[in-house]
Amino acid sequence: MPETPQPSSVADVKEALGRAGYLADEPAALVAYLAQRLGKPVLVEGPAGVGKTELAKALSRATERHLIRLQCYEGLDEAKALYEWNYRKQLLRIQAESGTDAERASWEAVHGDIFAEEFLLTRPLLQAIASTEPVVLLIDEIDKTDQEFEAMLLEVLSDFQISIPELGVIEARTHPIVVLTSNNSRELTEALKRRCLYLWLDYPEVEREMEIVRLHSPEIDERLARRLVEVVHMVRQLDLKKPPSIAESIDWARALLLLGADDLDSAVFERTMSIIVKHRTDMDLVAERVGVKLGGARLDVETAG
Amino acid sequence: MSRPQADGLPSGLAPRVVAFCDELRREGLAVGTSEILDAFEALETVPWEREDDFREALAATVAKSQEDRRVFELLFDRFFFRAAEWEALGRGIGEGRRYEGGERLEIDELREAVRQAIAEGRDGEMRDLARLAISAFGRGGEGSGVIGVDVQRIRRTLGLQAQGGRTDGEEPALDREQINRFERHLRRELERALIERTEKLPSSRPLAELDRALPTSPAQDLAAVHRAVAQLKRRLATLGHERRGRRRGAAVDMRRTMRASLETGGVPLRLKHRPRHPRRPEIYVLCDVSTSVTSASVFFLSVLHALHDSFRKLRSFVFIERISEITDVFERERDFRTISERISREGGVADVSGYTDYGRVWLEFLEQIVDDLGPRSTVIVLGDARTNGREPHAEVFASVCERAGRTFWLNPEPRLYWNYGDSVMAAYERHCTAAFECWTTRHLEGFVNVVAGGTPLD
Repeated sequence: MPETPQPSSVADVKEALGRAGYLADEPAALVAYLAQRLGKPVLVEGPAGVGKTELAKALSRATERHLIRLQCYEGLDEAKALYEWNYRKQLLRIQAESGTDAERASWEAVHGDIFAEEFLLTRPLLQAIASTEPVVLLIDEIDKTDQEFEAMLLEVLSDFQISIPELGVIEARTHPIVVLTSNNSRELTEALKRRCLYLWLDYPEVEREMEIVRLHSPEIDERLARRLVEVVHMVRQLDLKKPPSIAESIDWARALLLLGADDLDSAVFERTMSIIVKHRTDMDLVAERVGVKLGGARLDVETAG
Repeated sequence: MSRPQADGLPSGLAPRVVAFCDELRREGLAVGTSEILDAFEALETVPWEREDDFREALAATVAKSQEDRRVFELLFDRFFFRAAEWEALGRGIGEGRRYEGGERLEIDELREAVRQAIAEGRDGEMRDLARLAISAFGRGGEGSGVIGVDVQRIRRTLGLQAQGGRTDGEEPALDREQINRFERHLRRELERALIERTEKLPSSRPLAELDRALPTSPAQDLAAVHRAVAQLKRRLATLGHERRGRRRGAAVDMRRTMRASLETGGVPLRLKHRPRHPRRPEIYVLCDVSTSVTSASVFFLSVLHALHDSFRKLRSFVFIERISEITDVFERERDFRTISERISREGGVADVSGYTDYGRVWLEFLEQIVDDLGPRSTVIVLGDARTNGREPHAEVFASVCERAGRTFWLNPEPRLYWNYGDSVMAAYERHCTAAFECWTTRHLEGFVNVVAGGTPLD
């Protein structure tokens, strides 16, 4: 396996991720660094919308590697994840052979022929392994699949190889960076966890989320950004069906910019609330708890000033 | 080497990391040899004189869930604190008599300073004040000797009250989390003093259940429950998979048949069938959470918690006088403690008396899910069948059983007590596929065994 350039320190990784538009905290930067140095897969867990998938994308941008993504879902099988024989093409090949009656190719020749790489449909995992360029492999929402699928992944994750009965073992030419994400909807198997580095991502602190928001919508006023992030944090404190994600804070910031709002009072909040809260029952709760507070805060300001 | 080696720690980084992993294992983390190797590999690549990097690198390789991570944090602090103290002891580094001025300090002044620091959450100050407090109470050298007792005494004298506790009006309540932090400083400083005084490390105890902040119940050993539940989870996860091979589906899979025919020159000699997908069973679990089964209900709730990990189509209900569906609580919350809190808070199952009313529960259950019950459904009831003299409505339960494919009853009372007093177990047992006594983890395993098609344990 050819050597790929490796980061020399955690700070380097953090900076590279920052340039790729991802503000990593210490643990995230360290794990990303270890993943590159040790060549081990990373298992990222955390609530929805804290930037698990984004971390993989940022890694691919920061290391200038291609991103290969395998989106998991219930019922995902090997044919969709690893490889599949293109049987239509194989059939065509056989028919083409038998058409030339005069010199009927021997069975051996045809057999060898139709199980060549030409007839192989590569799926994300095989693509990542067989790629000549170093890649980042993102296996998204691994908790949505069955345990059998996890077991199948083990060969790929620990040895970076795939066995195809007709062709033999295909080994990785370069060492991919593998990121697995999980929303923790079920416990993953020990065997899988054993092979991975573990990273728990949580909602960021107010300060860091502010930086993130301002990185993605730089025009926003600092005071407004702080207010916005504080409100989002307040909303997350509530017991909601779906708490607002970081991406939604960013969307909200952009929306406020478009509307030309320069303060976040209860009227603006009520109009734009649907950007961060997306359930009927949640909206009622948020309007009741947070909307009222905002109005109150504004009144205070007015009476004080 | 003059230092006492009896209860000491191995010296050198590598043996210490291994010793640390060993301690993690004793707390139930699955730290294998491969994890330890990974940890060393990772530690080689980070500057290990920086504590944060060292800690994160170690955590990423050995603590593989949020729960593990919490235990890791607790142990990490304790272990490396002990290691540092041990090293200091060996080299004869002591701090001597500290904070001599402590005795002269006015108690009220100190109390005010502590409250201030706690309210503002300043960590370093809290630490210094903890030392001051210890010496101010004259227990720096000759306290009761039991650290936990000393901590509580100091806390009482300082009058630290958390929110929710009754405050005397004029003093604002403090954040419980911050008070705990102050207590941790107190504990640590007392420990440090103790180590210096006795010149040896106190024996390391396993983390108390309380430290790990797991729910405690009077009767059950929760760790054992969790282990059994983990086992149950594995059994359940593989349940039904054996069907896959035996019962081949009848539908011909054209694509795979064609593909197989390539081997015989395009003549479809072997028919390939579409594999029948294993049907995930639909499970309905009804769990009694009334006071008569208090000790068992923590156990049952943890069983429910485990079941939810293994089955997508699982609906959970809790009942006392009425029934309430809690499926979405389990789906949204991962943390067991939050779940039990939420269920007790918003379950809405107790009405007036707080006594179980099985008859009404069946009626409500049947009404709620009458259309969903089918031959593929399995109903599991966890309860003691004590109706408190109310109408048992066994005929309603019978119609539930009739509609469902299988019905199991797990009773937290020994079989001996069934049908005594207000227990109407016999009336219900007749309609169940099977009923089990279930008050130890062993019984639970027995139940799993039967459900999985094995033979009952003795």
